[in-house]
Amino acid sequence: MLEVAGLTARYGAIAALRNAELRVGSGEVIGLIGPNGAGKTTLLKCIAGLVSPARGTVSFDGEVVTGWAPERLVRSGLALVPEHRRIFVDLTVAENLRIGAVTVPGPQRAQRLAEMGERFEVLADKWDTPAGYLSGGEAQQLAIARALVSRPRLLMMDEPSLGLAPVLVDLVFDLIDELRAEGSSLLVVEQNASRLLAAADRAYVLRSGEIVATGTGEQLAARADLFEAYVGPSVDGESS
Amino acid sequence: MTELTQNLIDGLGRGSIYALLALGVAIVFGVMHLLNFAHGEMITVGGYLTYWTALQGWSWWVAAPLVLVGAVVTSLVIERVAFSRVRGSSDFTLLLTSFGVHFVVSAMFLLYVSASVKTFDRPGWVADTYAVGPLRVEVFDTVVIATAVATLLGTSLLLNRTMFGLSLRAAAADFDTARLMGVRSDTVIRGAFALSGLLAGIAGIFWLMRAGSTVPSAGIDPMLKGVLAALIGGLGSLRGAVAGGFVLGIAEVVLRSRLPDGIAGLTEGVVFVLIALLFIFRPQGLVSVARAERV
Repeated sequence: MLEVAGLTARYGAIAALRNAELRVGSGEVIGLIGPNGAGKTTLLKCIAGLVSPARGTVSFDGEVVTGWAPERLVRSGLALVPEHRRIFVDLTVAENLRIGAVTVPGPQRAQRLAEMGERFEVLADKWDTPAGYLSGGEAQQLAIARALVSRPRLLMMDEPSLGLAPVLVDLVFDLIDELRAEGSSLLVVEQNASRLLAAADRAYVLRSGEIVATGTGEQLAARADLFEAYVGPSVDGESS
Repeated sequence: MTELTQNLIDGLGRGSIYALLALGVAIVFGVMHLLNFAHGEMITVGGYLTYWTALQGWSWWVAAPLVLVGAVVTSLVIERVAFSRVRGSSDFTLLLTSFGVHFVVSAMFLLYVSASVKTFDRPGWVADTYAVGPLRVEVFDTVVIATAVATLLGTSLLLNRTMFGLSLRAAAADFDTARLMGVRSDTVIRGAFALSGLLAGIAGIFWLMRAGSTVPSAGIDPMLKGVLAALIGGLGSLRGAVAGGFVLGIAEVVLRSRLPDGIAGLTEGVVFVLIALLFIFRPQGLVSVARAERV
C-alpha cells in the first residue's frame, strides 16, 4: 500500500532523514519508534507532503506520490493525525469535523459526522463547544476523528498518546486495535515503544535519521540492546 | 451631548469604510501572514475605472459594479503575478513584495495614464442631509453604514456557514493542518484575495464617491487606514479588524471636532500618536488571536 524508498530529507544543511526504507501493507499496523530527534515526524511529514524530500520516493497504491501536496494526498486516501493534535481551537468540535470532511461530497458529510459522533460519544456531547475547551483526551479523540471522517485507506498518527493520562493512553491503543480489526492500515509514531510494539504487526526503529532495525513487535521487543541504545532505557509507559 | 452624538454618527460612516478595508487586510493576513501594503491599489484601479466611465458619460450605476469587478480582478491578478511567487517566504519578503506591488501599480498609472488629478462627478445625494431631532445626518453616511452592515453580515454568513468560509478560518488558524485535512491552498488563498478585493471594492465605491477624483497614488490613504485599523484590532482577528475600523473612524471625527482650531489640521498625527500608545500598552491590538501558521 505504502512504499518509501531511499528517502532523504534535509532542513538546511542538516539531514533529518537518510535513505529511509519503509513499507506498509494493506491492513497492517506499522510502528515507528526511536528517540527524540530521530526523524520520525519528518518521515511522516514527507509521506504526508508537508516536507519535500531531497531524494527518494514515496509510493501509495503503486503510484509515485513524492512531492504531492498534502491536500492531493488526502484525496488519494492518506491521512495524518499530526503531533500535538493541532486541532483548530477556535472552531467548534463539529466545525473541526466538517473541515476533516472537506474532501467528502456534500450530501455525505452529515452522515460521516454522525458516524464520528457515534464512535466518539464524548465528542457528540460537545458538538458546539469550541475545541479549545476540550480536555487533552477529548482533543486527541477529536484529532483522530477529524482524520477518520474522510475514511482514509492509510491513517498515520504522530505521537497519539503524548501527554495523555494512562487511562486515556489505553483508550488510544484500544482505538488502534479497533481500527486494525476493521482492516484499516496504520502507520503510528509513538514514544511509548512497548505499547506500540505490542499493538503493531511490524515496526521500524529510527535513529539519527536512519532506520536501524525492523521486525515484528515481538522480535524488536525482545532486543533489549535496541531499547538501551536507540530508544532509551525506559520503555514502559515513559517517554524516552 | 448633541455634538458627541453627531460625531459618533459621522465617525460610524467613516469607520464603516475603514472596517471594510481592514477586514480585507485581516483576511489576507490570516491565510498568508502578509500585511498587504498594496491593498489600496484596488481603489486606485477603481478610481481610474470611475474616471473612464465618467468620460463615457455613464452614471455611478455603471461605475460602481465596474469598481467592484475591477477590485476583485486586480486583487486576483496581484496574487497570481506577485504574491503566489513568494508564498512561504519570510514576513520581510512578503512585506517588501507588497510595497513593490504598490509602487509598480502607481508607476503604471503615472506612466501610461497621467500624473495629474483626474476628476469625476460625485453623485448628487452625497452632500444631502436630513434631520433627526437636533442632528443633521448625511444620506451618504446612512447609505455607507447600511451597506457596511449588510456586507459584514454577508461576510459573517460566508465565513461561518459555508465550506469555503470554514476552510478559510481553519487555514488562518493553522495552514499546514488545514491542508492535511484536504483544504486546497490555492483555492483558499485565491478565495481570500477575491473576498479581500470585493471588500476593498465596496469600500472603494464610497471612498471615490466622497473624493470625486483620483491620482496614481490614490491607494495610499485607504491602504493606510485599512492596515492601521487591522493593526488596532489585532492582526489576524477579523472581528478585531472591523472594531479597529470603527474605532479609527470615530477617533478621527471626534478629534477633528474637539481639537483646538490651531492643531485640528494635525488630527491624523494625533491619531498616530494614540495608535502608538495603544501598541505600547497593548501590542497585540484590541483582540488577541492564536498564532497562525504561515504559508
